[in-house]
Amino acid sequence: MHRAGSADEVAQLLAASGARGAIARGMGRAYGDAAQNAGGTVIDTGGLAAVREVDLARGRATVEAGVSLDSLIAALLPLGWFPDVVPGTRFVTVGGAIASDIHGKNHHRDGAFGDHVLELELVTPGGERIRCSPDRQADVFAATAGGMGLTGVVVAATVRLSRIETSWMRVDTERTADLDDALARMEARDDQYRYSVAWIDCLARGSQLGRSVLFRGDHAGLDELPHQRREAPLQAPPPPQLAAPSWVPDGLLRRSTVAAFNELYFRRAPRLERGRLESLQRFFFPLDAVRGWNRMYGPRGFLQYQLVVPFGAEDTLRAAIERLSGSRCASFLAVLKRFGRERGLISFPMPGWTLALDVPAGAPGLAALLDGLDELVAGAGGRVYLSKDSRLRPELVADMYPRLAEWRKIRERLDPEGRMRSDLARRLGLVAARPTADAPA
Amino acid sequence: MRDALGSVQSVLVLGGASDIALATMRALVGQRTRRVVLAGRRLDELGGAVEELQRAGAEQVDTVAFDADDVDSHERVVTESFERLGDVDLVLVAFGVLGDQERSLRDPAAARAVLHTNLLGAASVTLTAARRLREQGHGTLVVLSSVAAERARRSNFVYGASKAGIDALCQGLADELAPDGIQVMAVRPGMVRTKMTAGMDEAPFTTTPEAVAEAIVDGLRRGSHTVWVPPALRWVFAALRHLPRPVFRRLDL
Repeated sequence: MHRAGSADEVAQLLAASGARGAIARGMGRAYGDAAQNAGGTVIDTGGLAAVREVDLARGRATVEAGVSLDSLIAALLPLGWFPDVVPGTRFVTVGGAIASDIHGKNHHRDGAFGDHVLELELVTPGGERIRCSPDRQADVFAATAGGMGLTGVVVAATVRLSRIETSWMRVDTERTADLDDALARMEARDDQYRYSVAWIDCLARGSQLGRSVLFRGDHAGLDELPHQRREAPLQAPPPPQLAAPSWVPDGLLRRSTVAAFNELYFRRAPRLERGRLESLQRFFFPLDAVRGWNRMYGPRGFLQYQLVVPFGAEDTLRAAIERLSGSRCASFLAVLKRFGRERGLISFPMPGWTLALDVPAGAPGLAALLDGLDELVAGAGGRVYLSKDSRLRPELVADMYPRLAEWRKIRERLDPEGRMRSDLARRLGLVAARPTADAPA
Repeated sequence: MRDALGSVQSVLVLGGASDIALATMRALVGQRTRRVVLAGRRLDELGGAVEELQRAGAEQVDTVAFDADDVDSHERVVTESFERLGDVDLVLVAFGVLGDQERSLRDPAAARAVLHTNLLGAASVTLTAARRLREQGHGTLVVLSSVAAERARRSNFVYGASKAGIDALCQGLADELAPDGIQVMAVRPGMVRTKMTAGMDEAPFTTTPEAVAEAIVDGLRRGSHTVWVPPALRWVFAALRHLPRPVFRRLDL
């Protein structure tokens, strides 16, 4: 692993990478192997941490790729600005957000991170420094935003920002009786909210299958705050204050304990509550409050899995949830959301329903369960999220991502020597295999 | 690449005609394995395995001539196999001979042959493959040891000595390679119903190649360094190991 402090250093590292190639890494928080490169070069972009320009008149910031959303938010929030798209954790870099084309709770309205990137600067695998945008070298831009870091190394980007008056959210909460109820409520009123997400109980069965709690809201205006809060309405999220214990017994999160937690969580949620004020931190990044929360899964860790099926394939969604609730795998945190538009070539989001889960990696029968879900999802014209994947059957990638061939063509033009490599690319065959080149001379 | 649940995509089998190897490959091809090299002494014996694995869904099943006793050839065999597979996720060292204890006592050359194949040959090819995995930056080595490695018994101590040797090598190698992210797993089955043990009296806890295969797949998922088949033998042999010598001697083992 090599730390790069400038675009020139990135180009040098790419040129020096051996037969096993190179990949960029930001904060190393990806759930899968997208930023791992066994035996090859990993370019740590942590040194590319400058905020180059903030243009508040036009609501945009130009930052280097290693800038984290955490530091961007810390810098912008006091000024009354917030990134257009944020995921469920603020500990990701701008470069990583582009490579994964991440989405947030506002995807149904605003699209993915890549929809809010005005321009990006890429060091191509050949070491050339190019600028691309939706208008300029549009094919390179489309292949890079969501391209899993395999078109080169993003070194800087200009992103759009939203004006906010306060660091508070106005949140409506509703409990839904079952999956149909959840889908119907989301379809009916999601568009009235900028942000919308549902916590879904993947263990509930029978008449309660898919029962959910909807959280929907928007940034609160200054006049919505109580008087005592109006004096300092813009407060940056606090650093993590709690830490997960350093050792947790294997199998703490088993079906029985998670089912009990879910029951409690569901019952604690108000049936219907409107206009509650919640801090931005709590609304967007609840897990960031606990340092090392992932340790709760025990020494074996956990697996993330996120699927999307197009609108109209609600039966597939139901079948997936039925399989999950019928299995012995306990998903602790499952999230259901409506996606808006599709963009890019191998970006994950498409108009439809997305379901994200995390399951303890040691759960019995997990491999077969997830393989079955993959088939189901691919059959319905859906896909799984490559940034979270760690076990997909490679044969299914082309079915799930119909523009993969197009992406590959652009990628190969940018990288004729096959310098960009990652474990994800090897595992899923995203990059043409070069068996003989991998062998030392 | 090996995935988060321990499934591997490409496998080099050394001793490709062995029953345990074939059972293991059947299980692995049932998961994600698509590219296989079967290395074995007699290529004509590998034809059936090639066909079966292809039918089960493997895209590439190559064979490479490999003689465990010809240690000077190991470098070449391993290099060729790695070139054919590109990335190698798993190297399975599955060859071995049982030998004839009675004959070994009469003829030290017979004992030497067992030690040569099971210990020298296995150590040589294991270390050759380990070096390649380290260069590659990832991978798993699975080596067939035996419960006989845990405590020498009167009835088969030459075989036991060979397995104790290779087992010790694996335990040390596992610690050496762990920082490089490479897993080394020693598999210690009891008696297994295979070609090697055909015609012998069955010992308690005798198991099948399929059970060994299942234990290997499970060990890959868990990242284990030592696997016992069946698992109960771990405690049986722990007890035997600590049995005082005068008592142990009176047991007919």
